[in-house]
Amino acid sequence: MDVRQNVRTYIIENFLFGDEAPLENDSMSLLDGGIIDSVGVMELVAFLEGDFGLTLADEELVPENLDSVDNLVAFIERRQSSV
Amino acid sequence: MCGICGVVALDGPLDLPRQTPERMIGVMRHRGPDEFGAWRDRSVFLGHARLSIIDLAAGQQPMTTAQGRHWITFNGEIFNYPELRAELQGLGHTFRTSSDTEVILAAYDQWGPECVERFNGQFAFAIYDRHQRRLFLARDRFGIRPLFLTEHQGQLLFASEIKSLRAYPGLNLELEPAALAEIFHHWTPIGAGTAFRGVAQLPPGHVAMVGDNAFGAAAAAPLPDCLRVRRYWHPTFLPAREDHRFVPAAERDRYAAEVREALVDAATIRLRADVPVGAYLSGGLDSSATAAIIHKYTDHHLKTFSVGFEDAAYDETEWQHRMAAHIGTEHRTITTGAEDIAGRLREVTWLAETPMVRTAPAPLHTLSGLARSEGFKVVLTGEGADEVFVGYNIFRETKVRHFWSREPESRSRSALLTRLYPYLAQSPEQFLRKFYGAGLDNPDDPLFSHGPRWSNTASLPGFLGEAAQEPHSAGPVRERLLATLPADFTGWGPVARAQYLEMTTFMANYLLSSQGDRMLMGHSVEGRFPFLDHNVAELAGRIPVSIKLQSLVEKSILKLGVADLLPVNILQRPKQPYRAPEGASLEGPTGQALVRRFLDSDGSAGWDMWQPGRIAALVRKWQAGKLVSVRDNMSLLAVLTGRILQHDFGPGFEERLAPNILPEQALAWRQE
Repeated sequence: MDVRQNVRTYIIENFLFGDEAPLENDSMSLLDGGIIDSVGVMELVAFLEGDFGLTLADEELVPENLDSVDNLVAFIERRQSSV
Repeated sequence: MCGICGVVALDGPLDLPRQTPERMIGVMRHRGPDEFGAWRDRSVFLGHARLSIIDLAAGQQPMTTAQGRHWITFNGEIFNYPELRAELQGLGHTFRTSSDTEVILAAYDQWGPECVERFNGQFAFAIYDRHQRRLFLARDRFGIRPLFLTEHQGQLLFASEIKSLRAYPGLNLELEPAALAEIFHHWTPIGAGTAFRGVAQLPPGHVAMVGDNAFGAAAAAPLPDCLRVRRYWHPTFLPAREDHRFVPAAERDRYAAEVREALVDAATIRLRADVPVGAYLSGGLDSSATAAIIHKYTDHHLKTFSVGFEDAAYDETEWQHRMAAHIGTEHRTITTGAEDIAGRLREVTWLAETPMVRTAPAPLHTLSGLARSEGFKVVLTGEGADEVFVGYNIFRETKVRHFWSREPESRSRSALLTRLYPYLAQSPEQFLRKFYGAGLDNPDDPLFSHGPRWSNTASLPGFLGEAAQEPHSAGPVRERLLATLPADFTGWGPVARAQYLEMTTFMANYLLSSQGDRMLMGHSVEGRFPFLDHNVAELAGRIPVSIKLQSLVEKSILKLGVADLLPVNILQRPKQPYRAPEGASLEGPTGQALVRRFLDSDGSAGWDMWQPGRIAALVRKWQAGKLVSVRDNMSLLAVLTGRILQHDFGPGFEERLAPNILPEQALAWRQE
């Protein structure tokens, strides 16, 4: 499964319990869209650490990296290519 | 405390099928197991289940006046009835009993519907006037006592609990999907709504009339349109400028003394009863203050009750014992935990009559069972102090967010949130700012304070089927909420607005009902709440918020007022929100069985109201131990209790009702 598909599946299964509708597009803010809350961010981080083997520094926990499918994909790919 | 019910024919003769009184009264016999009474004429039926507390020998209901003009069925207490009685005697009224019920009848005779403004109490009652052929309904200021209504085949039915309406032969109730969506999103029904289509409640601080079109104003949906309604009271606060003014120390101390005096009065008159009165001790400030006041100002021998948790994260037993030892009460504790909570959840849902996003009512059902088993029918609690004296985090949060909204770029302002919620210190700062910063651009929005709370559960209706997307029969929730705001609301400051919203939504429709009246009455125990004495609440509303929430110290004026009565560590202890384990409480065998029984979709009728696939995914996440967020836990509780409710008030109702139907000889029919 490619990164985008993996991220989308996780968000739809884990936060939306299979309901794709609220995830209108890959650029929307997950927080503004009510898809995650501040605890949800921690779940997301655990997912990145678990499924992608990344470790995240505090300064990386920012919306630019985590708050949409696009941002997550870009962040994961950037980190994977830098390894 | 009692249960009341009635049927009023709106046009034509009363239709009261066989066994109607035995069913309607019997199904809520837990509210009043001591005596059952009924009265009817050709257009009205009134029923009553009595928990005898005042004038045990002569206080039977329904009750009438000497002339037989007015008939009353009454649930609650009028605490200032001795004073009113004396006043009415001075005006020429005579009394046959020493009950407060008869005082209401005389007061209604003397002052008409305005009599409620003279009552200091917690009440829901109906008075039928046989001369004018009209029915008067009243509910106390904060909604401590319930009163539900529905119109069915040309008759108005009312009752203390929805299950009594449902017990009317042939009356089926359906959950209204849009109402469920509203409850899932806002934690409680909003305004006069309930979870059931066509069932409304008379809002707190309202009176209503049937059969007199000159009275009040036409009722708005979801209230039945045969009602005319009038609001006689609502919480009030100072205009913003006065609310925020600097208060010199000498003036502050005078306010503290006034608070103390008002609380002493409120607690003292709540000891009036012809049965023993006990008190709950939570380990927090409010119930401790109540108990300490009773100890110091009365010669009442106080017995206190508290609930502890097996899980130390929720347990406050140590503090409860400290306080009991400090004032020397005879103290009893009962311990609850996952299996106890899971084992009660179905009964708790039956009593609460609404889906719940929390398990917190269950331990209070355990606790009322303890009080009752010790022979107590009446307990005082600290309920209401957090709303009246500004105790909850949502008020501190509102103050911080409002302060932050004036400098939205400031990081030090948003960082104050971690003082309220220490666990947020681990949250990524920018996400925290984004979550709590929502709505910051419009701090004057009337619902500003409750934005973050409600946005967190905005996704819960996603577990409901397509029908939940349809508009609510009573209109959009925001508009309905805004329509109930009093004219002076816009002049209040942000914290006062938040207090008003909290009192009229969460307190009335959850804390006082699902977690209050219904859990107490489930074991035939009456709760009394000194902090919700309207004299206390009105005084608190006149005190500037600058000394109620001084800096970010909650209930600062209350603390000052009771400082010398409490051990310093209870006084200074940070507030611990009362909570119970949520999804974790269902992990044992009892909870597992409950989840399987009600959340495993078999595709049967009724499941079309839900999203079975999403619920199955939620259950899988819970079973995998991954239900970590508050939102996920709330989702699980909401769908589980919603499904229980759908069954027990639907196909399972008759089975549940059957053992409670009164035998004919248990019901006393009253005559003039």
